[in-house]
Amino acid sequence: MTVQIKQPEGALPDDNGHFGPYGGRFVAETLMVPLRELEEAYDRYLSDPDFLDELDQDLRQFVGRPSPLYLAERWTEKLGGARIYLKREDLNHTGAHKVNNTVGQALLAKRMGKTRIIAETGAGQHGVATATVAARLGLKCVVYMGAVDIARQAINVYRMRLLGAEVVSVASGSKTLKDALNEAMRDWVTNIDDTFYIIGTVAGPHPYPAMVRDFQAIIGREARAQILDQEGRLPDALVACVGGGSNAIGLFHPFLGDREVAIYGVEAAGDGLDSGRHAAPLCAGRPGVLHGNRTYLMEDDDGQIIETHSISAGLDYPGVGPEHAWLKDEGRARYVAVTDDEALAAFHELTRVEGIMPALESSHALAYAAKLAPTMDRDQIIIVNLSGRGDKDIHTVAALEGIKV
Amino acid sequence: MGRITDRFEKLKREGRQALIPYVTAGDPEPAITVPLMHAMVAAGADIIELGVPFSDPMADGPVIQRAAERALEHGTRLRDVLAMVATFRQQDRDTPVVLMGYLNPVEAMGYEAFAKAASEAGVDGVLSVDLPPEEAHDLLEALRGHGVDPIFLLAPTTDDARIEKICAVASGYLYYVSLKGVTGAGGLDVQSVADKLAQIRRHTALPVGVGFGIKDADSARAVAAVADAVVVGSALVKKIEQNAGQSDKITREITDVLARMRAAMDA
Repeated sequence: MTVQIKQPEGALPDDNGHFGPYGGRFVAETLMVPLRELEEAYDRYLSDPDFLDELDQDLRQFVGRPSPLYLAERWTEKLGGARIYLKREDLNHTGAHKVNNTVGQALLAKRMGKTRIIAETGAGQHGVATATVAARLGLKCVVYMGAVDIARQAINVYRMRLLGAEVVSVASGSKTLKDALNEAMRDWVTNIDDTFYIIGTVAGPHPYPAMVRDFQAIIGREARAQILDQEGRLPDALVACVGGGSNAIGLFHPFLGDREVAIYGVEAAGDGLDSGRHAAPLCAGRPGVLHGNRTYLMEDDDGQIIETHSISAGLDYPGVGPEHAWLKDEGRARYVAVTDDEALAAFHELTRVEGIMPALESSHALAYAAKLAPTMDRDQIIIVNLSGRGDKDIHTVAALEGIKV
Repeated sequence: MGRITDRFEKLKREGRQALIPYVTAGDPEPAITVPLMHAMVAAGADIIELGVPFSDPMADGPVIQRAAERALEHGTRLRDVLAMVATFRQQDRDTPVVLMGYLNPVEAMGYEAFAKAASEAGVDGVLSVDLPPEEAHDLLEALRGHGVDPIFLLAPTTDDARIEKICAVASGYLYYVSLKGVTGAGGLDVQSVADKLAQIRRHTALPVGVGFGIKDADSARAVAAVADAVVVGSALVKKIEQNAGQSDKITREITDVLARMRAAMDA
């Protein structure tokens, strides 16, 4: 069966990559033609049955899709409200939703004749997912990662090296995800002839926000079919964490037309929105231009990007995908924030009550679902995107409890 | 007519090419910038490109990235850069000044407020490296409304259709980035630059400057033989980095480089 991922006529973004005032293409001139070539290739292969069949095959045989939609019965019982289903992206190969996108972009790279893959990574999940597909396709792979993130995600760094990727430490700026993205862009502009840049989230210049969304939307398409099959109706609410926002848009997008489904994106409140130490541009930032697109940003009055904080490296990013900015302004989705402590509590709760150890990123979504469920009726339904598994975070959690693993 | 056009017409009458140095405002500390601008003019600079520091300089190599970091450590913000230009203008009414940087500080100030403030400070042109013409409409209107030239980049990857589109909105001059890469990269190929400039000139009568890969008198002379202007940035900023804390030495070394380039270009 061929996967249908082409968007209907008139769907956003427009031809220049705009979601209302957001998105677009804000890059140096050297990248404008390569971005157009990428867009043309993506448009072509999106309608190419051979490409779509190969993608579908890879998602089934290599990634392990479809991922289950799991009813968290004991947790639901404890919370005493809406029934909570978990979309189990943690069960994908490499342990998170990131691989849905890297499989797609790597196939595209191969079709375009590129021999070298580059990527940026924060927590290392996207880097691992990229190194994984590069290994499988025999492509050279370079992953840029902030020096601070390399220190706090040592296992993923080693994992990428085992997979044959070169991991380059980025020591400029705040030495985190945003700086890794800057450095990957610099590599790309220098090596555009043979290199394909696999961006890991729904941000960056057009066509990345649309392309990454379309590759991740399999999450929502599956979830929608599964809930109709398992419950015979649509859910009342969707909840997903938002850093750049790829797992969230992947779940949300196929439900956007279902107006009765409430949508919640959960940002990282860090030490609290009032503390200033957070990573919640939609809740507490303002629109600006960074990394090739206009969107909500964490910035000071001079337009300089400010450092973010979250317990979760994957949410520690000062921007957010432009489609989320649009959904916020349109009122179609609500964006809320959850603190480090709340996320950590949800991490422990799900581990103990359901025997599922969630990533700290996904724990933000779980923490919000735990607040939302008790306010809803028992016959209502919430789907939470369990975007990744928590194995990678056990050192962070142990360190907070003073335990050396 | 603006100072930039005046300057290029004067140079054309004299059969000379413009020498355009770039330094990041406030690097390594704010007090040096205005005196350095005057010194660069005295050493033969025709136009000055003044970098506006930004926290995420995606199109810059390590040399100019570190310059932005040093400038930001001292708190050099867009409004401070505008104040520097205003101070420079008190003594120099003729030398064009172009601000070069990224869009977000300009967005944060607001396009209209920025264009007005820039014009009042004596800024002649604005080059936002992450603003292609497709996204430039609103800023272009604001800049034109205040008589400030929008300067655009052209790249080796820019095809005829895009050259046409860019030339339709640019004024003052065009800045051809001589190679694929970030600022400070090496590997200048003068023949390929000459070929691309010929292609660009089929679309426009605007002067075309060339930057990236120009680091000494030889490369400046070679580029001046085919271009209307020679832009030098990282080679100067390196001098600032190597001599941080020694303002006199920074000024001496930068003016030495420029004087040698000037002599080689005019020979």
